[in-house]
Amino acid sequence: MEPEAKIETVDLNLHYGAFHALTDVNIRIPARNVTAIIGPSGCGKSTLLRCFNRMNDLVEHTQVQGRIVIDGEDILAPTTDLIALRRKVGMVFQRPNVFALSIYNNLKFGLRIHGMLSRADQIRETVRQGLEQVGLWDDLKDRLGLNAQSLTLEQQQRLCIARVLILRPDVILLDEPCSALDPIATLRVEELLRVLRQEYTLIIVTHNMQQAARVADFTGFMYLGRLIEFDDTQKIFTNPGQQLTEDYIRGSFG
Amino acid sequence: MPENSHESVASHTVPHGPEADRPTFWTRTRRRIGEPVVEACIRLSGLAVVAFVFLIFLFLLKDSLSLFREYPLGQFLFGTQWLPISDPPQFGVVPLLLGSLYVTAWAILICVPLGVGSAMFISEVAPKHLKNVLKSLIEILASIPSVVLGFLGIIWLAPVLRNTFGLSTGMCGLTGSLLLAFMALPTIISISEDALTGVPRTYREAAYGLGATRWQTLWRIVLPSASSGILAAVMLGIGRVVGETMVVLMVTGNAPVMPRSILQPLRTLTATIAGEMGETVGGSEHYFALFAVGLVLFAITFAINFVADLFLRRARK
Repeated sequence: MEPEAKIETVDLNLHYGAFHALTDVNIRIPARNVTAIIGPSGCGKSTLLRCFNRMNDLVEHTQVQGRIVIDGEDILAPTTDLIALRRKVGMVFQRPNVFALSIYNNLKFGLRIHGMLSRADQIRETVRQGLEQVGLWDDLKDRLGLNAQSLTLEQQQRLCIARVLILRPDVILLDEPCSALDPIATLRVEELLRVLRQEYTLIIVTHNMQQAARVADFTGFMYLGRLIEFDDTQKIFTNPGQQLTEDYIRGSFG
Repeated sequence: MPENSHESVASHTVPHGPEADRPTFWTRTRRRIGEPVVEACIRLSGLAVVAFVFLIFLFLLKDSLSLFREYPLGQFLFGTQWLPISDPPQFGVVPLLLGSLYVTAWAILICVPLGVGSAMFISEVAPKHLKNVLKSLIEILASIPSVVLGFLGIIWLAPVLRNTFGLSTGMCGLTGSLLLAFMALPTIISISEDALTGVPRTYREAAYGLGATRWQTLWRIVLPSASSGILAAVMLGIGRVVGETMVVLMVTGNAPVMPRSILQPLRTLTATIAGEMGETVGGSEHYFALFAVGLVLFAITFAINFVADLFLRRARK
């Protein structure tokens, strides 16, 4: 089944203080696909996602053991450049978290902190491309000075995706990106994800199983901090290898 | 819990059965009379505050306007000499206004960077236990009586400044500014710190997620988001500094002359009133002039508090 693995974890264990959040997770996430991670609340799926750009570092008393290899490099190594890592592995959060700045400055922030572009016309061009990629340009091109928080939630979430895209990442982590959106907006964002999968490696955490079935090429099922099963989405939903997975998919628990 | 409260409401409104807790005579009387009485008391205290402010203002206005029956308003507002006991007396408020302005401006220049800096340290950098220690220390700082600070100013700070700058006296504007800065710090720190802490966690996550360093996150995202709160903190700090009396009376040298430098003795609006009120004859021109100074002071602090309130309101939105 395997194309090249973009991200691979080896015996990954994570503790928040005394709480054992991830246990022996071994996962190989293929490049340029959509991978969904599903499971009941508190199963560790967000925690796993946040390992891939080391956002867990921000939580006090977090301990990680094992290896997380992205493009052949162990990102848990102390020499890892976190800033470069987070540019390469972008993240979209559960609630759209645009800054209380203008639309334009929301996008400019990332370019600026990475010193990617300095000329104003280059920045404008990149901002335009970013907004076009997420389908916001036509609506917002005349209102770039507007405070981003006055947009609808869907627009805000698209802006958050654009904010990640213009930094030219390889991997985009999406932590329940549609949970704050209505069903129509959800479908439209999912469409966007299907377009983006041609260029990026997308990993989406969701507890909406239909969503995983709709957008993901591969799906991993997690339960109580363990990765129970990882396979083709098709196979997971029609013919899972584990009884636990089947019970969850059928809605017996969760 | 919700079920319990529901039951207790029901028992008041729907008596079940003839004997089931009938309200006694006293209970009924208390309800019928007590409620309106309490309400009236609260209403009265609310209105009293409004009335007091209004009466104070009227009183101030009446006595200060009495000055202008004999002394021209223009000469008071634009006069550059404050010589209340010469003949004829001069009541030019400009030297006092400038004195207040100099002392306040320098105090703000000193305490705003320091205050906002400490607020940033407390909310963003300090580990939890240190944060708690610092916050209680700042509260203690706020509770030092100003006369104690003035005392320290006279016996310690003034000589230090005199020797440092080679002045003829250490009782000068800068001594006052330094002490006032110290007094405004707790206000500025605690309100700025609230504003910074109030910035949603999600902003920080977003910034870190994009690869921002802690400093970039703080400088470009957190600080701008907290800016209205911080501005309000600064305005309240200014209000505190402008209105402060005891320290400036004790350490600024009390020279009601046009200040040319912060390193010379000068006198503020507040110190003038406090220093001279005891020497005037009630109802004299000098007496009314001091009220007029008070009116000017009132106008300034009112304006500052008003602006601070605007910022605070914007910050809460």
